[in-house]
Amino acid sequence: MHPIFRNTSRLGAYFALWTILALLLGAWMRLPGDLTWSQSMSVAVPLCLFYAFACLTPWYLCRVFPLGTASISRLVINHLGAAILAAALWIGLARLAGLALDLDPQLAPVIPQLVVVGLLLYLLSVALHYALLAVEASREAALQARDAELRALKSQVNPHFLFNCLNSISALTSADPARARDMCVLLSDFLRKTLGLGERASIPWREELELARTYLEVEQVRFGARLQIEMQVDEACAECQVPPLVLQPLIENAIKHGIATMVDGGTVRLEGRVENGNLAVRVENNFDPEAPAPRRHGLGLRNVRNRLETRFGHAASLRVAADDNRFSAEMVFPCHRGSS
Amino acid sequence: MNQTAKLRAILVDDEELARQILREYLGRAGDVEIVAECANGFEAVKAAGELRPDLLFLDIQMPKLDGFEVLELIDPPVAVIFVTAYDQYAMKAFDAAAVDYLLKPFSTDRLAQALERARALLRDPQPRPLQAAELAAAARPPGQALQRVVVKDGTKVHIIPIAKLDYVEAQDDYIALHSEKKHYLKQQTITSIEQQLDPARFARIHRSYIVNLERIARIEPYTKDSRVAVLQDGSQLPVSRSGYVRLKELLGENV
Repeated sequence: MHPIFRNTSRLGAYFALWTILALLLGAWMRLPGDLTWSQSMSVAVPLCLFYAFACLTPWYLCRVFPLGTASISRLVINHLGAAILAAALWIGLARLAGLALDLDPQLAPVIPQLVVVGLLLYLLSVALHYALLAVEASREAALQARDAELRALKSQVNPHFLFNCLNSISALTSADPARARDMCVLLSDFLRKTLGLGERASIPWREELELARTYLEVEQVRFGARLQIEMQVDEACAECQVPPLVLQPLIENAIKHGIATMVDGGTVRLEGRVENGNLAVRVENNFDPEAPAPRRHGLGLRNVRNRLETRFGHAASLRVAADDNRFSAEMVFPCHRGSS
Repeated sequence: MNQTAKLRAILVDDEELARQILREYLGRAGDVEIVAECANGFEAVKAAGELRPDLLFLDIQMPKLDGFEVLELIDPPVAVIFVTAYDQYAMKAFDAAAVDYLLKPFSTDRLAQALERARALLRDPQPRPLQAAELAAAARPPGQALQRVVVKDGTKVHIIPIAKLDYVEAQDDYIALHSEKKHYLKQQTITSIEQQLDPARFARIHRSYIVNLERIARIEPYTKDSRVAVLQDGSQLPVSRSGYVRLKELLGENV
């Protein structure tokens, strides 16, 4: 189906354009002076109505023979052939109308020009269709690029986190081998859980929560008593389907821009509940408003916001607030249960 | 200092485990004495001032002051080995400035190599190719302007957020940073701080002055071809001819 039929306002504009063309054609056919307005219009209107549909057909041919890949000779032969066929039908229809309305002799002088007009209109439509396809292709490419970027962001483990963990393990190896082993297991758990998440469109909230919990346990080894964790998550949330790693950037920020900026550390508090069919998730942490500027500006919040918007549109929100030394981020989005 | 004396070192890292492994490795090296361990930038600046160590092991991301800010505030400068997990821009800057750095996690061999380099540097001090502030600027991710300026005043450390900086005035080898009716002296050239400030918010209006554009109340003619910028607090700063051209570009014709 031609894309113009998917949008009523565009379809309306297209037919409005053809109405104007019909008026112009009618006026032009009167020029030799043998036809009245009503006579010329009664030929021009059906002609243009027919051509309005005929000029949509290049869409199929243009898709079969894309510019750049199809050979020039095949392009020319096919489109020219179609143009001749369309123009032949258009002239045939004109003659038919002329016969039916008893206007054949008056129409005869304009027929040769009418052939040219028919051919040109059809070829113009071919050109416009190629332009339309190019616009669609670039839009598609932009969407795909954004998807790819999101996938990359989703599956990316922060290298800073990874190397700091390995350093902690290195330190524990001699001082506390049992804890070093625990840390290896925790880190492996975390990495295993993130593997393959990029390919999944959604995961149940309990998996996302488990991932955040593992991450926080790993960070707990690094930060020791500086990191306090509080969790209050309703069971009702467990089966809500969420975009994978949607919570992770918020938790990472709470550590990086929060706990890591405090000499004596602080608390990361995670709340989850279902309200009016929405999943509401809140991450709260202490931070030092006078901390040094972060070395890398977090793409985290923007990434979460983009993904929520792409998935849920206006039904989702992400709000952040900072007062004194508490920072909070709250995201709310529809809780769809069941398989993804 | 003689060849056999122990190196006196300060460890600066906010993570206990990160300090622990340095402590363990240095203990094994035998000829390094750890004179202090600090968990944040303020402590580091204070300890370095009081204890005058030979060597500083310095983490970059820390509470209060980051590693670069600590380096800027330590006077006189000491040999520094940066210890960081991953920071591509900082690594590039260290390479350019020939400052040694350890990437976490590191081996004892790599640490020994860094110590060797520090010793060579202490035996035969080289003039530093880059000032601390310039090193910090080189290590900043591209497109990120200076967010705040740190200044040491005796034993006190002042942090001036860029939004509160009214203007900067050159005074010989120093710059005076004017903020909220006070001013702070820092050993840095005006050209070097000019390069670090966001050019959309600050303009060099004179050989000796950089002004925060948001503070300008009006520009008045002074002599035939010079002008003064009057700030919201009433301060008057000279504007040179080329400074006026720059201001017009930034603020539009109606200045």
